[in-house]
Order: sequence, then C-alpha cells, then structure tokens
Amino acid sequence: MYQHWVLTALLTWPVAGALLVLLVPPRWAKHLALAVAGLEFAISVPMWWTFVPQAGMQFRFDAAWLPAWGIHYSVGVDGISLFLVLLTTFLVPLTVLGSYVHITTRERGFYALLLVLTSGMIGVFVALDLFLFYVMWEVMLIPMYFIIGVWGGAGRLYAAIKFFIYTMLGSLLMLVAIITLVFLVGRRTGNYSFSYEQLMAGLGDLGPVGYWLFGAFFLAFAIKVPVFPFHTWLPDAHTEAPTAGSVILAGILLKMGTYGFLRFAFPFFPAVAQHPAIQMTIVALALVGIIYGGLVAMVQPDFKRLIAYSSVAHLGFVMLGIWALTLQSVQGALLVMINHGISTGALFFLVGMIYERRHSRLIEAYGGIARVVPLFAAILTVVSLSSIGLPGTNGFVGEFLVLLGAFQTHPVAATVATSGVIVAAAYLLWALQRLIYNPLDKPENEKLLDLTPRELAVLLPLLACIVWLGVYPKPFLERMEPAAQHFVDSVKR
Amino acid sequence: MSLDLARSGDLMMALLPELVLTGWGLVLLLVVAVYHRTARDLRLAGWLTLVALASTGVAVWWLWWNSARPAGLATMIAVDDFRFVTDWLFLGTAGLTVLVSFAYLERERLLAPEYYVLLLFATLGMMLLGGGEDLMVVFLGLELMSVCVYALAGINRHSPSAAEAALKYFLLGSFASAFLLYGIALAYGATGSTNLTLIGVQVRTLGLAHSTMLLLGLGLLVVGFGFKVAAVPFHMWVPDVYDGSPTPITGYMAAGVKAAAFAALLRVLVEAFGGVTAWHQIAWWLAAVTMLVGNLIALAQRTLKRMLAYSSVAHAGYLLVAVTTGSALGSAAVVFYLVAYILTTLAAFALLAAKGRNGERDVTIDDLAGLGQRRPAVAFALAVCMVSLLGIPGTAGFIGKWYILIAATQAGEGLLAALLVIATVISAGYYLPVIMAMYMKAEPSERAHEDLRLGRLSGAVVAAAVLGLLVLGVQPGRLLELARVSGASIRPAGVVPNTPPATLSTKGS
Repeated sequence: MYQHWVLTALLTWPVAGALLVLLVPPRWAKHLALAVAGLEFAISVPMWWTFVPQAGMQFRFDAAWLPAWGIHYSVGVDGISLFLVLLTTFLVPLTVLGSYVHITTRERGFYALLLVLTSGMIGVFVALDLFLFYVMWEVMLIPMYFIIGVWGGAGRLYAAIKFFIYTMLGSLLMLVAIITLVFLVGRRTGNYSFSYEQLMAGLGDLGPVGYWLFGAFFLAFAIKVPVFPFHTWLPDAHTEAPTAGSVILAGILLKMGTYGFLRFAFPFFPAVAQHPAIQMTIVALALVGIIYGGLVAMVQPDFKRLIAYSSVAHLGFVMLGIWALTLQSVQGALLVMINHGISTGALFFLVGMIYERRHSRLIEAYGGIARVVPLFAAILTVVSLSSIGLPGTNGFVGEFLVLLGAFQTHPVAATVATSGVIVAAAYLLWALQRLIYNPLDKPENEKLLDLTPRELAVLLPLLACIVWLGVYPKPFLERMEPAAQHFVDSVKR
Repeated sequence: MSLDLARSGDLMMALLPELVLTGWGLVLLLVVAVYHRTARDLRLAGWLTLVALASTGVAVWWLWWNSARPAGLATMIAVDDFRFVTDWLFLGTAGLTVLVSFAYLERERLLAPEYYVLLLFATLGMMLLGGGEDLMVVFLGLELMSVCVYALAGINRHSPSAAEAALKYFLLGSFASAFLLYGIALAYGATGSTNLTLIGVQVRTLGLAHSTMLLLGLGLLVVGFGFKVAAVPFHMWVPDVYDGSPTPITGYMAAGVKAAAFAALLRVLVEAFGGVTAWHQIAWWLAAVTMLVGNLIALAQRTLKRMLAYSSVAHAGYLLVAVTTGSALGSAAVVFYLVAYILTTLAAFALLAAKGRNGERDVTIDDLAGLGQRRPAVAFALAVCMVSLLGIPGTAGFIGKWYILIAATQAGEGLLAALLVIATVISAGYYLPVIMAMYMKAEPSERAHEDLRLGRLSGAVVAAAVLGLLVLGVQPGRLLELARVSGASIRPAGVVPNTPPATLSTKGS
C-alpha cells in the first residue's frame, strides 16, 4: 500500500501545502510551511527501510495521462534516485526553518514557491516517463526564478534571467531530442511511447543520429551540473539567491544534471558516451572543473561566491566518477552528490546566518570572530573540513571512492583530480583563517551574536549526517550498490 | 449527414452558419440605424452581437453533430471538421473581443455601434476564408474580413495614430490582396480551375508540379497570405497597425485574423498544392526567418503593445513550422496552437487595455513595476499569459509547442525544430522582463496602478482564458483529440479519404 502511493503523495502533498500556505495569514505562513515540509519528510522516511536494494525500480505507480500519445504518469525509484528523493525531503524543512528570519517580505509567496519547487524536484527524480520528466524539469524553473528574482540580493534580476535562459536553452533542445528518440524507437518497434523502460528496451543502435541526440541531452544536463564551460550562470545564481535558494540550488538542483547523465544520457547512448574522443573530452572537462573551480574559488573575496565555485569543483568529481565507469567510482559519484548536498548546503546556511548579522558576505569584513561566536566557528570548521574531504567526514568517503574507482580506468585523470582535493583544502582553509581566526580587528564584529537554538536546529541534522556518512556509510553503499552495478553493467555491454 | 453541394438546398444547409451570421448582421445593421446615440444603445448592440455569435456557434455545432460531409466533390465551401473547429475559433475570438470591448468603448468614448456590425462581418469573412473550398470564396472571405478590420483599426476617429494605422493597414493590405488575386489568376491559368480539390487533381494528373505559371501563382498566393499572417518579411505593417488600433481590436487582429489566414493558408497549400513540393521549401524559410527575426526585434521593444505585436510575428513563425510539415499532424498542431495562442493573446490585450487608461500605446514594460503586490490577480493573469507564450509546461502554450515539435520531428524537420526552440529561448528575453517588472521591481509610486480598471466582463474573459490555459496545460486530452480529427480532415486531393489516422502509433507510416 505504502509502496504504491508514497511517490504520488510526495509529489502532490507539497503543492497542496503550497495552496494552504497561500490561504493562511502571512504570519502563519512559515510555520505552516515547516509543518508541510516536515510531514513530507516523514512520508518519505519509511522508504529508507522499505527499499529493497536488489529489486531495481520500485514504489512504482503508473496511470494513463495522455494514453493516445504514449504518455503516462509513471513514477518509481531505484538505488540512484532514492537518495536524491530523501535528500530533497530532508533539506527542504531545513531551508524553511533557515528562512524564518531571512525572509521578511511576501512570506506566503516565498514558502508556497519553495513547496512547489519541492514537488518539481521530486518529480524530476521519480519520473519514469520522459514527458513527465521534461514537464517537471521545466516546471521547476519558474519557482526558482521567482525565488532568486524576488528575494535575492542586489544583482538578483540579472542572475535570475541568466539562470532561466541558460537552463531553458539546454532543456528545450533536450525536448527535441526526446521527441526524436520516441519517433526513432517507435518507427522500429511500432510502439510510440515516452516510457523510459520501453524506450530503453527498443533503443538498439541509433547510428550517427545518436551523436546529435546525445549532444542535446548532454547540453541540458551539463548546463545544470554545471560542467565547465557551461558554469557561468552558477556563481551569479548561487550568490544572489536567498539562503534557501542557494541551499536548494546547490543541494538538489545541480544533482539533477548528474542524475540526468546517470539515468538518461548514459544509458540511452552508451556507445556515444563511451566513444573514446567523447569520453576523453568529458573526463577532461570534469578535471578542468575540479581544478579551475578550486582555483577560482581561492581568489573570491565573497565567501558565498567561493562556495559557489567550490560546487563546480565537487560536481567535477561526480562527472569523473560517472565517466570512470567502475562500481566504486559510480558509487562514489552518488555519495559525492549526497555529500555535496549536505556540506555545501550547510555552508550556505552558515554564510546566510552570518550575513543576517553583519550584512556582508566579504571575507575581509570578518576576522577573528571565533572568539565572539565560538559555536558558529566550530560548526563552520567541521563543515569546511567535510567539504574538503577530511577522513572521518562524509566528504572523504565519496571522493575517495571516486578516485579509487577512477584510478582503475583513468589513472592520469585520477592523479590530476587528487590535486583538486589539495586545492580544496587550500581555498577553504585559507578562507577559514581569514574569517574566524586572525586578529579580531574590526570593531563591528565584536558584538556578533552566536547561533540561536533555531539556527542550531537547522545545522545539527546536517552535522549528524556529516558524521554518520563519514563514519558508517555502509547503509548508503549497500542500498546503492545494486543500482550502481546495474548501471555499469548495462552501459558497458 | 451527406450534403450534395450541387443542389442549392444542400448548399444552403452547408452554409447554414454563414447564413445565420449574415442574417444577424443585417438585423444588427437595422438596429444600430435606429439606436446609435447613447451608451445604452452601444450595450444593446454588443449583447445582440453576442447572441448572433452564439447562435452561429450552435449552427456550426449542429452541422458538426450530424457529421455533415459533402457527397462527392466539395464546391465553394468545405464541409469538414477543420472548418467547424476553426469556425468555433473565430466565433470564440469574436465573442471574447465583444466582452472586452464593452467597457473599453465606453471608457474611450467610442459610441459607435457600427463597431459591432463590423466585427460581425469580419467574423463572417473569417469563416468564409477558413472554410472556402474555392479560391474565389477564399478571396471574398479575405476581402470581407480585411475591409471590416481596416475600418475597425481606424474606428477611433479622434486618434491620429488610429488613422495612421488604418491607412497603413489598408494600403499594405490592398497590396496583399492584389498579390493574392494575381496568384489565383495564375493558378487558374495553369490548371483551369479555382476549386482547391480540382486544382490538386489537375496538378497530379497533368504533372504540373514544375509548371512555372503554377509555381509563380503559388508564390504570389503565399505572399498574399504571408501579409495576413504577418510572416517576415511581410510583417512591416504589424507594429504600427497593432500599436495604433484600439487595443481590443489589436487583440482581435492578432488572434482572429491570424487564425483565419492560417486556416486558409493550410487548406490551400494542403488541398490544392499537396502535389507541389516547392512550397515546403518556401514555408521552411518563411518559418525560420519569421521565428528568428520576430523574436529578435521583440527583444528590443520597450512598450508592451509593440512587444506583443512582434511576439505575434514570432508566433506566426512557430505556426509556419507546423504548416511546413504539410501533414495531418501539422494541421492538427496548428489547430491546437491557435487555441492556446488565441486565449493568451486575447487575455494579454484585455489586460493591456485595462492598464493603459491614458493611451495604452505608452505602457512600457517598466510601467508594470510593482503590479504583483498592488494587483496580485491581474499580475498573476498576465504572468500566466507570458509563461504560456513562452511555452513552459503546465500551460496550454507548452502543449502547443510540443505538438508543433512532434509534427516537425515526424516530418523529419529536425533542424527547424531546433530553430524553434532556440527562438523560444530568445523569446524568454522579452517575456520574462514583464514578469520581472511585475514581481521583482518596486512600485515607482503608490498611485502608479491606480488607473488600472479591469471591468467585470473583461475580468471574466481574462479569468476564463487563464483558467483555460492552465487546464489545457494539464489535461489537453480532449482538445488534442479534436485537433487531431479536424487536422486529418484536410488532405491532399486524390488521396482516398481513409479512416482518420490514430495517434502516434500509426503516424510513422
């Protein structure tokens, strides 16, 4: 029973909640939104136990939507998407709680959009029909556009439209590719359907047109990830978005790109994706992302922008892990996806919290604040270390697995990527030093208040995950292993 | 119901909707000859017009319900689903325009009940244009429609810009009609017939696909229609005419005139020139150029009305993509897209008419700043319109674009499909600033939106349109089916009327 309706409930409940939020008086909006998001998380939690790793696609539900066009409402999760769904439901209540003080204008609209966005994100991860997937993929753009554009920082208008247009360009070309794919498969098998499984089954060898189609899918996902050189929307969007927007963007939206590669682009076109030249290019782009993202992060005066560029580097590891095509590297890529959501989400929360006190994101505006806000400094240190990938934190496990797996197939690339870990240590530790250590020389910083219980309530669950994943990642690994193995086997054949 | 169009009784039956509308037009003329002084008279004329349109709609429905079909060759007027469905579109457009006009005319002191008479006859012209099975009927319909719309564009005699708009439209429109007429003459010269089906048969049996005279005629016909649908490079009249006309009429032109011209273009190209491959090439280039140029120029506009004018050019380009395919699926895509486009356009122009109290020409996009907080319902409606024009899932505009992409892909026009989506991305550059201004910019002053008054009827029209857009975005199934059946009912001459093709599953053949 639960198996049957859980995904549909996860999809529809936030939208219903958004309508409720719009109806209540503004001062209740945030509390109601928190309740809605909390219930959403509660609905999703049993999936952790009821999920059967070996069973492949599960929690399936299928209903005709536009049957005459081969379009179904078809949802399900496997070991790849399960964690992304859980990550989404886990992060959303925290972002709501984290926005309590930050968002002071048009609260109802903000929380309603955040909840609609939640539905869109879940929809992307659970859709097993390419039409449904595309609809969710695009629908999500609108709330994010509003969240950046209405509640963002000074340069929000530019950032919002840049985000929108970049994403839209990629995704519309993907739509053309999806339709072409449906026709190609339909002409061969006589069955015109947007269903993921039927497309996979009837795909066969596409020949040269496969390269074009892969190109369209690649562009859509690469912009979202973002893979260098399609990353220029990211620093603007992340920096200008309100805290909740940044957390969602970094924590979940970027993963849609890598998820897209794992679910669609790679399995649909394994021959193209493994074509030596293409493989080399993508691995090279991933490495450029790791190194370039790290180096650019190092010179950012704005701490939020620094974190934004560090995302480019982390997602480079994910891309490397996917393209290295070993069980470890794919599992590592999945883990990095989760870890990045947790660590970078926590970093964005921390920046937001200090920004609310001091109204500056510039690193040079601080210095020595560990003495004033010890709790903040301690948590920032732990989270930064996890982002660097210190053993004992979650960051280590993921990146280590990626490097281990990648070394078997791409030893040179893995070696280069290892230096990326060093770059990460350099930019984050240096920033930490300038932020919380060094002498306390700015009088404005002497009166800063330490974290409030509400802020601790946002951060502690993230800290718990950092430690849990760092010390005992086995429950995660064993749940994703069959799916990762299946991915590797199916594309390598 | 089988109608033998050679018998005058059956022909009358086939022409029932047109006859009903003509009758009402004459009645309305008599009424306004007597009552034409006060605002009350104006309202009377308006309600009569609505009754006329509704009863015509019922007549169309009656023919459709009895599945009227011609026995043998259709002469003069087509009797097929495509005609019925497009007739509804024209009638619906006119009806919504009337509802929006009530408040507008009184506000602008345009106490001219002839407005409604002209609107009725223009709609009649559209029905003849879209349903004409003979090039002469097509031409008559086009002229009837155009002459009425010329007058409507200039109905505000006190406005110099309206006069300019009317004159410009008239002069350029006359050119277009001349082109069309010459094209008809050459097509007649080459084939010896003006009946669409007979032209198609002649082209096949006599092997005229490469006849210079026929190709020349075809080219001139496309030019003539190109003017009416506002395809680049025949779009020069659009901005000034749309800008200068009364806003409800602009909406009527952008929605109705374009829809009628597309219906006729599709019918002529598919039925008469189905055997001539040359027009696919012409339409291909027209579509590509129209999409890109229309969008790029729209990007540079500051006032809302001119932006919508150029956006309507761009949408003509998208529709031309569907026309280019020449398939039943393409025709169906045109029908569906037109529904979405008409709803959006009418709502957008109704909102503009409400906003632009002192001359809607001057409403710039930045003037909308802060509307989202001051008038949330109005801003939401306009935002939905923009999102639908942009083609974001959840709105009818997306399903329309998706349908066109399906048709283009099925016909193997992958490049054109790619151009379409690139043009769509460009269009985000001017649709989004509208949303941006409404929600993300602060109000210039507290009184900035004080003059915005959306009448009750206009409000109902906008609400219905927005609701329609959202519902069709989620549950388009029935309309897709209607579009499919009607699109399949126009087919090249000489092709045996087979069973209407099923959906995706048999399209590949």
